[in-house]
Amino acid sequence: MEQVAIDKEVDARGSFCPGPLMELMRTVKTAPVGSTIAVLSSDPGSNKDIPVWVAKARYELVGVFEEAGYTRFVIRKAH
Amino acid sequence: MPTRIVIFGGGVGGTLTANLLARKLRNDDVELTVADRTGKHVYQPGWLYIPFGQEQQRNLVRNERTLLDKRVNLVIDDFSRIDLENRRIVADSGTALSYDFLVIATGSRNNLEEVPGLAEGGHHFYAADAAERLGKALKEFDSGRIIVGVGGLPHRCPPAVLEFTLILDAELRKQKKRDHVELLYTYPIGRVFTIESVAEFVTPILEERAIKYETFFNLDSVDPEKRQIESLEGTTFDYDLLVMVPPHRGADVITLSQIGDEQGWVPTERNTLLMKGNERVFVIGDATDLPVSKSGSAAHFQAKIVAERLEAAVTGRPLDDGDYKGHVMCFLETGNEQATSLNFDYDNPPEPPKPSRIYHYEKMLFNKTYWYIVPRGLV
Repeated sequence: MEQVAIDKEVDARGSFCPGPLMELMRTVKTAPVGSTIAVLSSDPGSNKDIPVWVAKARYELVGVFEEAGYTRFVIRKAH
Repeated sequence: MPTRIVIFGGGVGGTLTANLLARKLRNDDVELTVADRTGKHVYQPGWLYIPFGQEQQRNLVRNERTLLDKRVNLVIDDFSRIDLENRRIVADSGTALSYDFLVIATGSRNNLEEVPGLAEGGHHFYAADAAERLGKALKEFDSGRIIVGVGGLPHRCPPAVLEFTLILDAELRKQKKRDHVELLYTYPIGRVFTIESVAEFVTPILEERAIKYETFFNLDSVDPEKRQIESLEGTTFDYDLLVMVPPHRGADVITLSQIGDEQGWVPTERNTLLMKGNERVFVIGDATDLPVSKSGSAAHFQAKIVAERLEAAVTGRPLDDGDYKGHVMCFLETGNEQATSLNFDYDNPPEPPKPSRIYHYEKMLFNKTYWYIVPRGLV
């Protein structure tokens, strides 16, 4: 488990592609620059589309953590 | 004492639920009331055609009373609060309607203010007046870049933005303007539509018609002076005419009553359509937080489920099935009087057939006959 302090956590488990990505986008939009956001997803599609979007937006993907039945993506709003 | 059922909202879902219940239940078993803030029933899918001069605002509105079964009461007032604790909805005037069961069918609203500069710098067709203004702007437009995009997800009638883009392309070609107009389509996620199979179907059509597209474009701001849009991802584009689907929110009454999520959608059980944590409140149409299209079609199918469940609750009759499985069926116009159809549910994505005139004319026929067949529950 990472040691990064999370400013906001979004639980998108149970929603399907592109639901978790949309939840992340919505959260990032209103989050202050520099804040760290975690999104929890049980949809395998998120393993692809969340990192691709984070790279496109030039944010920082702090880590991807496999948990029991879901994945936890931690993102920092870099700008 | 009859069971009091209040249906809050006189749109597709609310009206159909009320009329189905009037037919299913006896007068002495139930007291049915539709509560609505305007008393006007608007056929919103028609707005798409207004900018192209193919539809008029006056054809898209009827008095709700004329669409309701005579056994259904209609109360028009400025209802601004849902009081779950005391099982009633309350208007600013002081009018209160008590219920044994409530159906929330309050729809959604545009929230242009969410994007700085959007109201001043952009057009849209998600309201009749705005669609008319867009029509005027298009008439005067001869050359330059038109950007058509989505300013926030989720929004009503998701395919409409693709339909608008493809019809616009076809109309510009008919008017011999297309060589002087660059069309750019923007979308928030990494493909041109939320549903993958529809994105795969439409992308080659956009390419064939020389419509450029930018994905992962989350509209962050509009600069009306510079005529420029910027995304959360840091991409900017100049435009000469901007058409952006506004960000959407649930109805104000949901937020004011503190029963929705951050965007004002009501947490809803995906199969029973009950409000989460409440056995006496159903939610249908745009008002839900379900991962299905915010569309009249979804509301139409959901209304049948809720009517069946309420009938069972009132009469004690066992439910036949009574589960909503995410069914939505709609058409997607591809321009040149052709369309395809999208038929899907929670588990089965749409497989759009090749565009043809048949689907286009089916859609036209549906639009014209809506008033006679849908609210009455004939389809």
